[in-house]
Amino acid sequence: MVKPPGDQRATRAPTVLMLAPVLMVVVGLFGAGLGAAFLESIGAEGANPAWTPTAEHYLAVLRDREFRAALGLTFWIATATTLVSTVLGIALALILVGLVRGRQTAYVLLQVPLGIPHLAIAVGFVTLLAPSGWVARGMFALGLIGAPSDFPALVYDGYGIGIILAYVVKEAPFVAVVSSALLLRLDEEYLSVARTLGASSWQQFRHVTWPLIAPGVASAALMVFAFVFAAFDTPFLLGRPYPSMLSVVAQRRYLSIELADRPVALAMALIMTALAASVVWAYVRMPGSSLGRERPAVF
Amino acid sequence: MHRSRVSRLATIAGLTGLGCLAVGPLGLLVVNSVGRHWYWPALLPQEWSLRAWRYVASPEAGLIDALATSLMIALVVATLSVMVALPAGRALALHHVRYRRALVFVLLLPVLAPPLAATMGLHAVFLRLGLADSLAGVLLVHLVPAVPYATLMLAGSFANFDPLWESQARTLGAGSWSMWTRVTLPAVMPGIAVAAAFAFMISWSQYLLTLLIGGGRVITLPLFLVGFVRSGDEAVGAAVSLLFIAPTIVLFTVVARLLRET
Repeated sequence: MVKPPGDQRATRAPTVLMLAPVLMVVVGLFGAGLGAAFLESIGAEGANPAWTPTAEHYLAVLRDREFRAALGLTFWIATATTLVSTVLGIALALILVGLVRGRQTAYVLLQVPLGIPHLAIAVGFVTLLAPSGWVARGMFALGLIGAPSDFPALVYDGYGIGIILAYVVKEAPFVAVVSSALLLRLDEEYLSVARTLGASSWQQFRHVTWPLIAPGVASAALMVFAFVFAAFDTPFLLGRPYPSMLSVVAQRRYLSIELADRPVALAMALIMTALAASVVWAYVRMPGSSLGRERPAVF
Repeated sequence: MHRSRVSRLATIAGLTGLGCLAVGPLGLLVVNSVGRHWYWPALLPQEWSLRAWRYVASPEAGLIDALATSLMIALVVATLSVMVALPAGRALALHHVRYRRALVFVLLLPVLAPPLAATMGLHAVFLRLGLADSLAGVLLVHLVPAVPYATLMLAGSFANFDPLWESQARTLGAGSWSMWTRVTLPAVMPGIAVAAAFAFMISWSQYLLTLLIGGGRVITLPLFLVGFVRSGDEAVGAAVSLLFIAPTIVLFTVVARLLRET
């Protein structure tokens, strides 16, 4: 007998029915929320039925100096985090896979940052990297600096260095976990052929390993970018008041006592969502993305 | 010969670096929580005290309430997420789903990008429905990222499940119930545990959504933690941080083990 594709017809519940509960959450809560946000952002007022759609709040956002600064900072932080995490993650994965002894220990250590929420990592980074933090004290003990003011600004700094570092601690292990799974699935034959032909370690990586793991690594990198682009907790705790990342600016405007700030905050949040959505869409279209195999560190 | 020594050194350096990154901040939090006077440039506190822990344990601090609220919300969110996501995860993995790519997209969006805009919109809707500033409202908004995550995890787990096992159980005379409890559930149980653990952790660590929908009335552990970090009491902040991350580290270690076994 030929194996039927998927579930057998006789025992199979209708697909739509099985998806319905999740669709209720996604459409009924997420979709409804987005819809309500969009309506308010184009000028709808809850109780007033006679309103005309307006683009004024979006135009206000585009003219806003704080928004433009936030957009630039957000792109910079998301790009830098993605690049550093990807390179570091691949390096960690190569070390991990190359280990003969201690691979299990290394794997467990790698999981520790993944299990710590971003919020807690940010709290830890304040203690670690503040001008009178532990790293500065260590440098003082080594005679590298003379006073807290000599320590480079790593938290609340203008370039988001503290934010990037805090993200890398979590995202590099994520890329490493994805990459090491890809490396372990790699066919050893290819590498031994390359070795027989006299390829150096770098040539083996560049011409054999990398082309085979690149699609998977790229999809993990897109996940990191999309997440960092819109995340809130880390920049909220480690960022300075100006310039802030997009999510922080949108949240601050939303909770502002000025009622007129609300539709502008919504327009900002929607623009941010749209930009993040385009990255997520690119991820979904990637050949390397595998459903449910990658567990992005989103908390 | 030379190369192997270099790679050994790289390995040791890598492992040490990883260990410091992973365990260093944790150790620092422990030291911080029991330090009393810790002035520049001392590497360790000059005086030790259990003040922060005593304060945290006292009922007037409100931490016990925040802990109970967080735990309750996260447990309910984890349970609901798995129940809602289970059939959808199966359908996504085993059925021919039309608009599959679009569906994966709308599932991934609230997972990867925190639903800031949607939550702001929901806040207005919840105000009208009387759900704003309430525990029920916070529970509902936590489902927005947790349910899609659980669905994707369960789809990954059902991808390794062969529906023919169920047909075989049927052929051998099993009814729907015993087929479910003896064949299907045991096969996807690790996936269910992983999905529940992630839904729990997403809810447990949620700050922004709780703040916006709870309006400062629903105090969970992350809100409590941020309050203390902002107030500048580092010792109490460190003690609360440790309570905040202890369950997530334990859960994540269990999850990592489950995933390696499957």
